[in-house]
Amino acid sequence: MRFNQFSKGSDSGFVHPLSSEITPHAVYNERRDWLKQMAAGAAGLSMATWASREAFAQTPSEAVLRPGKLAPLTGAVSRVSGANTMEKITTYVDASSYNNFYEFGTDKSDPAKYAHTLQTKPWTVEVEGLVKKPARFDLDALLKLSPMEERIYRLRCVEGWSMVIPWVGYSLAELIKRVEPLGSAKYVEFITQADPKTMPGVRSRVLDWPYVEGLRMDEAMHPLTLLSFGMYGEVLPNQNGAPVRLVVPWKYGFKSAKSLVKIRFVEKQPINSWGRSAPQEYGFYSNVNPNVNHPRWSQATERRIGEDGLFAKKRKTLMFNGYESQVGQLYAGMDLSKLY
Amino acid sequence: MKLVFRQALQHRSTKPALWLLCLLPFVWLVWGTANDALGANPAEYLIRATGDWTLRLLCVTLAVTPLRVMLGLPELAKLRRMLGLFAYFYVVLHLLCYSWLDMGFEWGDIAADIAKRPFILVGFSAFVLLTPLALTSFNRAIRWLGPKRWQWLHRLVYMVAVLAVLHFFWMRAGKSNFAEVFVYASVLFALLAWRVIHSSVWGRLSRSVGFTR
Repeated sequence: MRFNQFSKGSDSGFVHPLSSEITPHAVYNERRDWLKQMAAGAAGLSMATWASREAFAQTPSEAVLRPGKLAPLTGAVSRVSGANTMEKITTYVDASSYNNFYEFGTDKSDPAKYAHTLQTKPWTVEVEGLVKKPARFDLDALLKLSPMEERIYRLRCVEGWSMVIPWVGYSLAELIKRVEPLGSAKYVEFITQADPKTMPGVRSRVLDWPYVEGLRMDEAMHPLTLLSFGMYGEVLPNQNGAPVRLVVPWKYGFKSAKSLVKIRFVEKQPINSWGRSAPQEYGFYSNVNPNVNHPRWSQATERRIGEDGLFAKKRKTLMFNGYESQVGQLYAGMDLSKLY
Repeated sequence: MKLVFRQALQHRSTKPALWLLCLLPFVWLVWGTANDALGANPAEYLIRATGDWTLRLLCVTLAVTPLRVMLGLPELAKLRRMLGLFAYFYVVLHLLCYSWLDMGFEWGDIAADIAKRPFILVGFSAFVLLTPLALTSFNRAIRWLGPKRWQWLHRLVYMVAVLAVLHFFWMRAGKSNFAEVFVYASVLFALLAWRVIHSSVWGRLSRSVGFTR
């Protein structure tokens, strides 16, 4: 898992360098000075916000306005490469009212309407399977396990829309290291809450419950893979997967399982819920890939929620959702049209 | 009671009232678009809403004849054309929203999409088949074609309705979300089944022994 501090700042934009083109140290320092100057007021206000986010990577960014709805949960701006896109952040209203969370209904307005019933206290996450130190973490223990970071990620839904969301959390790798996976652990399976009493959708048979997702070990260990507890400087709203969820920014949104209750280390590739329900449509990897179409629609373009006007052309979808320079090497030599 | 109904149906304001009623969804969509009231993804909302209203109006149009016969309200027949034309109005909007909002009028992409994706192809076929019906909906067309041929042509609506539900089913299939599809399919099944039974030998026999309504 490479943690490349030198490439930061240059590759959080639209065009990502290859790993062979990493910014030399001198240039990096120069840019950093420039950013500091800009933050100090040499540039316009909006640019300065971005610049200060980049330059003083210890405090939460000012670009993210707290909606003031839920308990605050802030994190220092992440130093992980690719974790701070400077694209316009989707409004909190859109990000918390347009959700796919089938446990609360199939319509995208259902989760915001019905997720208030979800009980997030007490909450425990069980970590089991092929690990040296299986454990049961209560939420407080998880919150304290590693320092919180703010990460601004693009989110690309398999349905062809996207958002930019400031998450709060830390790399899943931090948790994985604590439980010491065995050599035989090749995959990680994520099992989510399925309580018919508080989740009306679980009573329907749209999917097999509980909702299950999975990652290959190296994907799970990648620093961009986030265990998230909050967004927009506050704890997660229920409809976004409170109290703890996964965020895998280079994969279609459904890979980022919500309201996690169990993390299991296994040897064989787990069967994820959508893969079980419609294997011809949803593969295990489900990496964002403009060249591999969904059987019922093209994945070449996407509509950025709240930003691209109704009559504007949709924007081009980027390979690995724009995280190719960070994660491309995980899939070297794989035929991504077959292993979609 | 029935007399009151029949009088109401004959009233000269009935047709304009129905016309306005059918236009309401369109008015709402235009208003919602202008006032940003269609949620986070207005394009998706518009495409789906126009599709939903096409299906609803197809069902309502197909319900006219069974209701007319069962309730003994011949006046209902006069409303059928308007309902059918509104179904066509909403399918045109549906296709327009898809071509514009989803595909940005990229004709090559649209053609490829229709050819490649069965669910789009089925929806597009339904639109194509409905077009001659809309074009021959005026009285003189019946005279030009002759009532027999005209009726034959307009029986295409059954196929259109089946294709429309199939299109909707396929659209929802990937997400295993069939509740609404089931509702439309059931309504359509009931309406078509009624026709089969009604025109069957049994139906004709029962009528010949004075079982008329």
